[in-house]
Amino acid sequence: MREVTYREAVRDALAEELERDERVVLLGEDVSLGGVFNATPDLQARFGPNRVIDTPISELAFTGAAFGAAVRGLRPVVEIMFGDFLGLVVDTLINQSSKYWYLTNEQASVPLVVRSAVGAGARLGACHSQIPTSLFMGEPGLTLVAPATPADAKGLLKSAIRDENPVVVFEHKLLYGRKGEVADGDEALVPLGRASVRRSGVDVTIVAALRAVEIALEAAETLAAEGVAADVIDLRTLRPLDSATIAESVARTRRLVVVEEGPPTGGYAADVIATAVELAGPIAARRVTMPDLPIPFASTLEDAALPSADAVATAVRSLA
Amino acid sequence: MNVVSTMRYSRRSYMTADRLPAAADLERLYLGMLRIRLFEDAVLRLFLANEVEGTTHLCQGQEAVSVGVCDALDPGDAVAATYRGHGAALALGVDATRLMAELLGRESGTNGGRGGSMNVTDLERGLIGCFGIVGGSIAAATGAALAAQLTRDGSVSVAFFGDGAVNQAYFHECLNFAGVRRLPVLFVCENNLYGEWTPMAAVTAGGDIAGRAAAYDIPAAKVDGNDVLAVRTAAADAVSRARRGDGPTLLECLTYRHKGHSKVDPGAYRPREEVDAWLARDPLPRLAAQLDDDAVERAHDDAEAELQRVLAAATAAAFPALGTPATATKGSA
Repeated sequence: MREVTYREAVRDALAEELERDERVVLLGEDVSLGGVFNATPDLQARFGPNRVIDTPISELAFTGAAFGAAVRGLRPVVEIMFGDFLGLVVDTLINQSSKYWYLTNEQASVPLVVRSAVGAGARLGACHSQIPTSLFMGEPGLTLVAPATPADAKGLLKSAIRDENPVVVFEHKLLYGRKGEVADGDEALVPLGRASVRRSGVDVTIVAALRAVEIALEAAETLAAEGVAADVIDLRTLRPLDSATIAESVARTRRLVVVEEGPPTGGYAADVIATAVELAGPIAARRVTMPDLPIPFASTLEDAALPSADAVATAVRSLA
Repeated sequence: MNVVSTMRYSRRSYMTADRLPAAADLERLYLGMLRIRLFEDAVLRLFLANEVEGTTHLCQGQEAVSVGVCDALDPGDAVAATYRGHGAALALGVDATRLMAELLGRESGTNGGRGGSMNVTDLERGLIGCFGIVGGSIAAATGAALAAQLTRDGSVSVAFFGDGAVNQAYFHECLNFAGVRRLPVLFVCENNLYGEWTPMAAVTAGGDIAGRAAAYDIPAAKVDGNDVLAVRTAAADAVSRARRGDGPTLLECLTYRHKGHSKVDPGAYRPREEVDAWLARDPLPRLAAQLDDDAVERAHDDAEAELQRVLAAATAAAFPALGTPATATKGSA
């Protein structure tokens, strides 16, 4: 195990999978120079311009082409610089890639990975800060991955690249500098579709993903001092949800707070609560999300809009 | 089996710009177009009888484009077609019974009845998909060409699309991407003069689709899309160029659909004189005029006999069984 940053973990995952499987290719804007978030430095020098491909600023074309290439045997990894730009590739993802396995009567699946940097807090304004997971939550055939730690950034990305189906990996831009212990090679793999229990407690279940996991853990620490013990579940995969882990926890605690850095409507928080109710019966539940507004630029406004540990603790205290 | 008298209609011998086609080539191309014509006419009858459900987009009148292009391809090449894709599928050699069964929503269809007319796929025949979204085929074929370039497998790919698609981002982004990477792909525009119900000229700045390729430094040709030999020749040139690593080509094939856009559309917005003028340029009689009468009769007998076999088998096929486990992802429980 080595201590590396979330950013280095992404790079190492790409390097290991490019090395391991020559069908893996990386496409994106400025990827030869590392990209805006410097997640892909030195990869083109190491693997060449036919494996690490700088594209025009044509997200629809290169993601659509990655779909076609995946059908014909490659395993493309596409970088969409900001998650906000995923709107440009929705057609490729939801009308072509995600449906292909089923609609072709299982003639072929589409082993395509789309990585994208998401999240607010960097004063980048409304169209460079969103976490647009809800655009894709309702789409059968898509897997949505959201790592909160360096180990998961590496392990989930490696698993996504090895998966036979289209996977969208949401990387939180404020987490790129976080450090953590990360394994190498196959030891680093983290299975898709499994949540991780980051902290155990008997009184309440707090569910989160991406940077909201840190917020949930901070709130759990505050609550512990008040004698309230929280289970903190890091979803890691948003679709398919790890409903078993959620249900197991909520069946014990009967109380659930879900933290989501996004608007209140149509997000994973709603799905987690619905899943918990269906599987565990009546529970007390709250969502802690952002307001139903675009993400503002000014630091005072943006900070106030983000979910906070205080808001999570308050929500927990409000549960009977 | 959809193979009609393979002895009689042997796979192409040759055909290049500087050699006249042999009689066997003409006969094969004619039969290819005729099979599509009869198939589409039958689909229309089944649709009107409510046996083909939903909607359907027919390609009568445009057969020369599908047949001319696909005849220039080799096994292993890839084709992405549109929601008006029955012609491309048949021209590629997709089994006509399985295609008809798919349109009828039957389990033995190309896609097990899951896809329907607008999503026909047959990877064994190189048909990577028919795409219900205008322009989707362009990116799919561009990607197949990217795979071919990176794996050096020697294949080329074809995107069929209509004139409406040239105003989609897919068209411009992919021509640019294919142009800068010199991808082995043919962009084949079936310009039938109408995007759904709207005249192409009213919504297409400049009005010159082939001319748009110059901006991307891609060779282009404007082809009589109702002349299967002209299409065949232009496609063969483009395929050669792609296969030797000289990049993409845009072919604008001028053609006309004899029917409306889809089920709700009798095509009443088209002037009668325009329709008549194009019916007079029907690609089938034009090629038949170059064949002797016996050959034409033989082709009709064979195609009609095949169609009867196809209809009998496809209409008798079972609907997909309910309760069969299905997953949206490979390898999931």
